[in-house]
Amino acid sequence: MIDLALVLEWVIKSLVVIFMLLGGFAYLTWFERRILARMQTRVGPNRAGWQGLLQPVADAVKLVFKEELIPARADKVIFVLAPILTVVPATVLAVVIPFGTQVILFGRQVNLAVADINVGILFLMAVASVAVYGIVLAGWSSNNKFALMGGMRSTAQMISYELALGLSFVLVALMADSLQLSEIVEAQRTMWFVVLQPVGAIVFLIVTLAEVNRAPFDMPEAEQELAAGFHSEYSGMKFALFFMAEYQKMIVISIIAVTLFFGGYLGPFIGRFPWLGPVYVLGKVVALLFGMVWIRATLPRIRYDRLMDLGWKVLLPLVLGLVLITATGILLADEFGNSLVWSIPVVSILAGFLTVGLVDRSLRRKFNALR
Amino acid sequence: MLFDYMAIAVFVFFSTAIAVTAILLGGLFGPRRKSEVKSEPYESGMIPIGPGTRRMPVRFYLVAVLFILFDIEVVFFLPWAVSFRKLGLFGLIEMFIFIGILLVGYFYAWKKGALEWE
Repeated sequence: MIDLALVLEWVIKSLVVIFMLLGGFAYLTWFERRILARMQTRVGPNRAGWQGLLQPVADAVKLVFKEELIPARADKVIFVLAPILTVVPATVLAVVIPFGTQVILFGRQVNLAVADINVGILFLMAVASVAVYGIVLAGWSSNNKFALMGGMRSTAQMISYELALGLSFVLVALMADSLQLSEIVEAQRTMWFVVLQPVGAIVFLIVTLAEVNRAPFDMPEAEQELAAGFHSEYSGMKFALFFMAEYQKMIVISIIAVTLFFGGYLGPFIGRFPWLGPVYVLGKVVALLFGMVWIRATLPRIRYDRLMDLGWKVLLPLVLGLVLITATGILLADEFGNSLVWSIPVVSILAGFLTVGLVDRSLRRKFNALR
Repeated sequence: MLFDYMAIAVFVFFSTAIAVTAILLGGLFGPRRKSEVKSEPYESGMIPIGPGTRRMPVRFYLVAVLFILFDIEVVFFLPWAVSFRKLGLFGLIEMFIFIGILLVGYFYAWKKGALEWE
């Protein structure tokens, strides 16, 4: 039954997760700038506080005291609403993630998840789709042609990659036999899904880069052509909210990747010390975020038609194939013995190489036709 | 079970509250010095020509329509994925047929040029 303690527990857990994401966002900007600087043989922000650790605080204070412009002829209500609509889904994605098993706290059994609903994956897909609205509305309401173009590009990109994202969710649901995220993590006790379905994990990581508009898929923000894209008219805290949405989404989508493919909160001694769960999640997430920053430092932005081609003509058929391969492999393992489960990674990797080969051939053909 | 959704409602409330607070803080502390030039659309210093909202290429709408088709099919996959082990071989063959039909439409769209961005 609903009692006061339960409501209090929800409030505390929600606030802890929200402020964890806020702090994570602040220090992810610092982390990214420092790492990028090191990769470009610079130093990066190191003046505010020890090693520049107070830099995010300084940035936040500066943005609060900035003037907020609303352009003339902009749709004012939607213009103010759009950043909220972008940042809320980015935060709410984290609500279904399990950060650990159960711990005893103040004499209560506490689940280390805000709401471990049984259709967790469906919830993730739904909320991830809502995030598109904020971006398209921001681009449309600004009354600026570059903002509109950025918004449209971004929308087309996100919805195209959502298909491959949804299908890689299906891969995980197949392997775990559940849509509940805690059960998905528990299903990885013997083996992480990245071992069972390595190509699926790689596709998922590529797709998440496109979903959060990160390099090399940061078309909507192409500075050189669109002057920052959908948020070019935003300033002050409204701009900060878009920035926050992007970085929180980076964090949350890394947590999702960790939960779905990299064993979530699992690690050595997790059975004896349940408090280690969040620590393992944090460690794995930092590794993935480092990878994202690394990719940004390494790869140039890809052309828009290639981006859409990659989503529709390469990733979508590849993941459809992977779904069939995984389903067949599971069925074979169920019927003819467990060792046949290894047919999944083997055939998947072959399918991955086949895809890379076909892409290579078609690019070569185009290149030769040009010559 | 439904209690979990109330926890989600609590979470949504607090995250919205924080976003609204941030905007209010900005409006409270930020200076307000309006001028005609400032409220023009920003185009890197150029004087904007023509209206801000103009026609977009029809390809964006094509992508949106195709997305709706395929996304619904992705959602159909999820219940199958959860009950797949109970359905066994029957479910697998059904899914092969389903994906086959899906692929017919997919290649039709491809050959029609709906996926091309010149």
